Amino acid sequence: MSKSYETIEVSQQGKLGLIALNRPKVLNAINSTMVSEILAAMEGFEADSAVKAIVLSGNGRAFAAGADIDEMANDHAIDFELRNQFKDWDRLAMIKKPIIGAVQGFALGGGFELALCCDLLYAADNSEFGFPEVNLGVMPGAGGTQRLTKLVGKTKAMEWLFTGKRISAREALRHGIVNQLIAEELLLEETMKAAEQISSQAPIAIRLIKEAVLKAVDTPLNEGMEFERKNFYLLFSTEDQKEGMNAFLEKRKPQFKGK
Amino acid sequence: MFETVKYEVENGVAWITLNRPDKLNAFTEQMNKEVQHSVKQASRDKEVRCLVITGEGRAFCSGQDLQGVNEDMNHGEVLRRFYNPMVMEIHRCEKPIIAAVNGVAAGAGMSLALACDFRLLSEKASFLEAFIHVGLVPDAGNLYFLPKLIGHAKAMELAVLGEKINAEEAKELGLATKVIPMEQWQAEITAFAERLASMPTAAIAVIKKNLKASWHSTLEESLERDAQGQRIAGLTLDHKEGVAAFMQKRKPVFQGK
Repeated sequence: MSKSYETIEVSQQGKLGLIALNRPKVLNAINSTMVSEILAAMEGFEADSAVKAIVLSGNGRAFAAGADIDEMANDHAIDFELRNQFKDWDRLAMIKKPIIGAVQGFALGGGFELALCCDLLYAADNSEFGFPEVNLGVMPGAGGTQRLTKLVGKTKAMEWLFTGKRISAREALRHGIVNQLIAEELLLEETMKAAEQISSQAPIAIRLIKEAVLKAVDTPLNEGMEFERKNFYLLFSTEDQKEGMNAFLEKRKPQFKGK
Repeated sequence: MFETVKYEVENGVAWITLNRPDKLNAFTEQMNKEVQHSVKQASRDKEVRCLVITGEGRAFCSGQDLQGVNEDMNHGEVLRRFYNPMVMEIHRCEKPIIAAVNGVAAGAGMSLALACDFRLLSEKASFLEAFIHVGLVPDAGNLYFLPKLIGHAKAMELAVLGEKINAEEAKELGLATKVIPMEQWQAEITAFAERLASMPTAAIAVIKKNLKASWHSTLEESLERDAQGQRIAGLTLDHKEGVAAFMQKRKPVFQGK
């Protein structure tokens, strides 16, 4: 990975593509450069067949404490429209490899929205989530109201978005925002372990599972079922399906090739 | 820097002394905030590995200063704004905190002592759930910590009957690590605090965290937390030092790292 980035650190470790937000002095406040760099890095990993999963984390005390307010304080509505401000965010949602997030400290505003773009979230005991936009007279613009509501339902989403209240790690766990809480010191280690486990599965199965689960979020059940079925059938055209089932019958560990 | 508390650091110990002796160290809004901020300062100070909260003069803390109480007061708001953040700051602190209860600890003063990890009592110390005598209820975490320390039944007796508990009775209930005679008071609490400060304090932080979490965890969650805690402790310099000292048959020197 020769490309150099300004706001993130990108590296590869085994089958994992690692992206670390790297503006620790401003608690990894998200600016447009950072979003486009995250997207570039993710699309790089997407195209790299050696990478099976992506781990997204934040350097320093926080995952990301929000968006860069300076950058947009003087913007007008049409500036956003003409710039198509959120196009990179839309493309982030199209990444097909699994994205595993590791959150410590704050994940606020845009930071929370970025966390909600992950497929799995591991969070430190000290993590805090929230949408403080309302305190600035605005609201989330990169999926916050939609993704949070689909995730936890209207009741809590409305409360959290109206009040800007912080959501503690335990509350986030209780409401299914995060998968597991981990001691801060071990967050990356444990997240990597989980990511490695996923990256050892049959990659095409993982890919089609991700696609089907995301489909469930905005598809009527019968259409989703149809979609799932097609993906299920499709997996029977892979070598990994043959290998997986043979290994099961022969009582040995499968060797998946991603084909 | 603070007016209602004295704050001193010596030999790895932060001494936070409630300093309104003429008012028996009763809480004012300012003292709530200053206790909170001094605990925060000690939490952040890398030199500090143990905290002591004690009182100047003959009382530890007599609770809320009733001079500040009037008919317009919203008791709930006072708690939310001044007491609860103070108790949370103490509860969040990863370093061991000793309440050196030198005299009476009444009302919220008792709550303050209950929120600490250890209670060292002078023979003149006493606890008093004073709230009921003015038609109020124990607050500032009192009813959270008390049953965990002494059990539901005894907590009920103390909170409802509001009888004075002297140092020996407190020891029997499990509210005191130790009762110390007056003439040895300062020497013993100093020795106890400095002993804690020279222990593997990173491991103590994990113990504190996991003990606190045990109250709302299943066995399965606790076992996982044990695994994570031991992994963290296993990576500390103090663990390596402890093992090396054991092998070399010498006394370990722990740095809290």
